[in-house]
Amino acid sequence: MKAGKFKDILITSLIKVCGYSAIIFVGMIFVFLIKEGSPALIRVPLENFLQLRWYPIEDRFGLLPLIGGSLIVTLGAAIFSIPLGIVSAVYIAEVAPRWAREILKPLVEVLGGLPSVMLGFIGILVIVPALRQALNLPTGLTAFTGALILGGMAIPTIVSVAEDALDAVPKTYREAALAMGATRWQTIWKVTLPAAKSGVLTAVMLGVGRAIGETMTVMMVTGNAAVFPTGFGAIFKPVRTMTATIAAEMGEVASGSTHYHVLFLIGIILFLISLTVNLIAASVVFRQRKRTERILS
Amino acid sequence: MTAGNNFSTTVESRVLPSFSRRRKWIQRIGFTGLTLATLVTVTPILLIVIHIFSNGLPAISWEFLFEFPRDGMRSGGIFPAIVGTFWLTLGTAAFSVPLGIGAAIYLSEYATENRWTRAIRIAIINLAGIPSIVYGLFGLGLFVIFLRMGTSILAGSLTLAIMTLPVIISTTEEALRAVPNSFRVVSISLGGTRWQTIRRVVLPQALPGILTGVVLGLERAAGETAPILFTVAAFYLARLPSSIFDATMALPYHLFVISTQVPGMPIQIQYGTAVVLLTFVLLMNITATVIRSWARARRQW
Repeated sequence: MKAGKFKDILITSLIKVCGYSAIIFVGMIFVFLIKEGSPALIRVPLENFLQLRWYPIEDRFGLLPLIGGSLIVTLGAAIFSIPLGIVSAVYIAEVAPRWAREILKPLVEVLGGLPSVMLGFIGILVIVPALRQALNLPTGLTAFTGALILGGMAIPTIVSVAEDALDAVPKTYREAALAMGATRWQTIWKVTLPAAKSGVLTAVMLGVGRAIGETMTVMMVTGNAAVFPTGFGAIFKPVRTMTATIAAEMGEVASGSTHYHVLFLIGIILFLISLTVNLIAASVVFRQRKRTERILS
Repeated sequence: MTAGNNFSTTVESRVLPSFSRRRKWIQRIGFTGLTLATLVTVTPILLIVIHIFSNGLPAISWEFLFEFPRDGMRSGGIFPAIVGTFWLTLGTAAFSVPLGIGAAIYLSEYATENRWTRAIRIAIINLAGIPSIVYGLFGLGLFVIFLRMGTSILAGSLTLAIMTLPVIISTTEEALRAVPNSFRVVSISLGGTRWQTIRRVVLPQALPGILTGVVLGLERAAGETAPILFTVAAFYLARLPSSIFDATMALPYHLFVISTQVPGMPIQIQYGTAVVLLTFVLLMNITATVIRSWARARRQW
């Protein structure tokens, strides 16, 4: 009896430690990014970061072209993944017959599980040459190519979270609208979607958040030219994102060099962006008292 | 036709004939638009899978799967990459499964809704959102350099495990919460302690849901490249890793290397590698789906 009680207490505290591990890890990630990234702020003067050239060999660490590259690719991805994602979610949740649902949901799940390196591979072999020919560009390795594939990668997140939000709208809302004589089409746009608004917003934020952090695909298909994108034509030129810069250069720098610390500094920026996006998304979720679980899977 | 239906059609056709017809047309056009947009979304997925299989399957042979690369990886097989991904997935599971299930048990069975629990949930959401390359930096800073593990299977597995954790925690918690409370009440009332109840009653009932989550989490880990770039992955190794302190080749990184870093790489080998990686990932995906539907059919509550 005593031994059993002791075992229970031991296991309970072990489980408690597991429970708090998520907080510990987020803290540790932040601490180690700061530890390796902050020396960059001491060694490199601030105006160096604000120039328009990223050329580490000459100690030029302009972050603006990288931030601009990430922004333009993410924006491009958002422009078509948001409408397509929401529309697909509406179709799957509200319109599709049961059999179509059973096919569509696993298909979207498959897309979410495709490794990013494989989409980059397809991008290089199929999409890049096709775009170069179709648009008559000097190279198919452009921000647009990256945006196209990243949008595809954001879609599964948007669809599954938005669909959950639509599912969570009480059935009575729809019944009331239909009973008042509204068509199903009107019910969807005037009742169901507005009721699920905050969940759909969360879906969009998480999907776009995923696009900002994507690494391998953009490194493989955007051409990696660290040029600050200006003008409308920039979308059809090569760019280099923050994530791709870290991935491409960290393997070649000496540990402890200025360049090494600056790459960690870029990591801190990415960490802070994802932290902001997710904190806002989380606060929406908590305010709505919805289940957070499915957002993650 | 019932009287009610008759009545409504009469009213509609008498009072609002054109209006009602227009609304029906708008709905029909709208639904067609939704269907088309959804097709635009899902067709590329099918095309990608079909494209890779049709181009890559001819490259698959016994030699390709079970031999070492030769001629600067331009011929021979990809055996070391397959073995590497296998060990990495196993290593990831070894750390993330017990930790993730423990955390989920805490959240579902022990935690009360207070500020700390909320903090845990926010931390989990944040872990899920951190870019994979940032996990790579973290793994490099903590495991490879600070803890002196070097680029090793251990460092890579730990990095991937932390990245996988949120998926496993959230799906496991969902599975645990789905077990009806009456199961717990009965067990406790028969004299079971809390842990006995969890161990003997709740966990077995939630097992299929937990397995699904674990497989989906590991699927993601197996396909990731960015977190292993600086923590474990090797460009080319002439022998298999002999311990967890060795670096290893891995399928996703190998695909990256041969499709971007090696000039003159035969296209067959690239597609062949992609097929192996895709099969690995799809098999895990199908496993998860099968477990889920099997459990749903068998469940008594």
